[in-house]
Amino acid sequence: MADHETKPIPRRGFMRAAARAACALGIGGGAAYLIAPRAPGERVWQIDPSKCIACGNCATYCVLRESAVKCVHSFPMCGYCELCTGFFNPAPNDLTTAAENVLCPTGAIVRRFVEDPYFEYTIDKRLCIGCGKCVKGCTMFGNSSLYLQAMHDRCLNCNQCSIAAACPSEAWVRVPAAAPYLWKKVT
Amino acid sequence: MRNPYAVLIALVVVLCGRHAGSEQRFPPPDFSPGYSLPVTEVQGTPARDDVRGYIDAAVLLAALAAASYLALGRRSRRGLVVLGIGSLAYFGFYRHGCICPIGAIQNVVLAVADSGYALPLTAAIFFALPLLFTLFFGRAFCAAVCPLGAIQDIVLASPVAVPGWLARALGLVPFVYLGAAVLLVAMGSTFLICRYDPFVGFFRLSAGLDLTIFGASLLVIGVFVGRPYCRFLCPYGALLGLVSRLSWRRVRITPAECIQCRLCEDSCPFGAITTPSPETPPERRAGKKALAVTLLVLPVLIALGALAGRALSPAFAHTHATIRLAERVWLEDAGRVDGTTDQSDAFRATGLSTDDLYLAAGAVRAGFDTGTTLLGAFVGLVIGATLLRISLRRKRTEYEADPALCVACGRCYRYCPVEIDRLKKLEQAEGRAEQHDGSA
Repeated sequence: MADHETKPIPRRGFMRAAARAACALGIGGGAAYLIAPRAPGERVWQIDPSKCIACGNCATYCVLRESAVKCVHSFPMCGYCELCTGFFNPAPNDLTTAAENVLCPTGAIVRRFVEDPYFEYTIDKRLCIGCGKCVKGCTMFGNSSLYLQAMHDRCLNCNQCSIAAACPSEAWVRVPAAAPYLWKKVT
Repeated sequence: MRNPYAVLIALVVVLCGRHAGSEQRFPPPDFSPGYSLPVTEVQGTPARDDVRGYIDAAVLLAALAAASYLALGRRSRRGLVVLGIGSLAYFGFYRHGCICPIGAIQNVVLAVADSGYALPLTAAIFFALPLLFTLFFGRAFCAAVCPLGAIQDIVLASPVAVPGWLARALGLVPFVYLGAAVLLVAMGSTFLICRYDPFVGFFRLSAGLDLTIFGASLLVIGVFVGRPYCRFLCPYGALLGLVSRLSWRRVRITPAECIQCRLCEDSCPFGAITTPSPETPPERRAGKKALAVTLLVLPVLIALGALAGRALSPAFAHTHATIRLAERVWLEDAGRVDGTTDQSDAFRATGLSTDDLYLAAGAVRAGFDTGTTLLGAFVGLVIGATLLRISLRRKRTEYEADPALCVACGRCYRYCPVEIDRLKKLEQAEGRAEQHDGSA
């Protein structure tokens, strides 16, 4: 090496200058990123209901002890069926709310008589664990008015969503944080 | 029908429902007046606000400042241990290891690669702040702020020296990991670093079997080998190592003149202490020759790396969901496999054409071809740069901490007799001051 004999001070000085330059570049670049809004905004995880196959992974793969995913009900799409396949077992003994007839493992779906022959089904969000059993039943035989969504008051918005990594149908997508839900609608 | 419009409405609903990918098998009833449709109660659920993220950023700033002071100003190993435990408790067990600067690399890359993704302010702060601190004060972040570093520092009970050549070879792995993680994020495959974070499972008290085994074995190895994840895997550590070469102030083993007592020689469990160069330097011509050879080999290494990377493109592409789906659908259509998978069922349910899928997969494959070639070239460059560093001989008169490898843990301070002398004098001065105060 040619600079064996050079004293360390000039090199250190050069290194300091380089450090300062790199630092300025780093701060400048970072600031440019933050100041100039290149993209529409932050994104959050959500389930695309059109791709969801209600496999049940959402209940178990979330890093939260109680999954951030819950079932929601699009009432305008609901048929208010008496024999609701999202509410009852495939072969219920009786069309009553007795536990052995009911699909939901936590009893989170509340069945209420409206008028003959219609029944209203609402979901108690505190009890729902996002297992998707009702979603499967409703999608297979009914109007598909029950579906799963990540609740953003619970979702931690992990970089690599654990459920998304385990999702068999690639139903997890990143959506703009300004519109964090993919609601099912009757258009 | 009670309402003649019901048929029409039902028809519209059925048609539109089909268009939206959902079928209305049972027409919604038309209720007698008095019943109003309930509103889906989560309609108003807002997105979680990001106050916590800003608190995390403030804690990060405070911890970095404290670590820098303890490592360079106070020179206190005990202080660093306490701060490390605090960071482990807060960033690790309380905040569940998320968000961390190591993973924030991927957010930055995604913001560059995907024009639809805006970098969250917290992620930007977590990525930039430790780098800036390292630029000025060395790797104080690794010393006592990073929860992954802290958990490994705690378990390190009986350090064994890793042979120099092995440490250098394994030291290349973080760069490969960094390159691979950047590639996979840029291509939209996965967040590799978060997915294979070995300790986040411990922080959350929940992990798959594979990651539990991975994390536990790293901790067991970490009892004997200092910080195996930090030194031989951590991609952020690779960045910090590069930046810390330029650092303004850095860890000095001795507070004053090195007296060459060699007491600190074996004190570093991370092999970061460089010894003074021998009295009789090796033949200059030989050194020059080695340097010239390495410089000539460098382009060859880069080319070989690029070729190897290109050859690995299919393997990397397989991490992408579109590629896997296209392969599966193709196999099913060709009749080479029996049955369907959840993925292919979901794809067919969307009604999109397979040609579009194959087209999309082709574009992804082309992206991976370029990406893996660049990744391979990068790995070749890193190997070449390491060889260059070996062939460059610098003259050293002191026992120094290698800025790239030193994580500022402060273990070596107490080995230095000059430091012990300094502390003794400091204590005496303090005692005298106290006596003085007492008599006054």
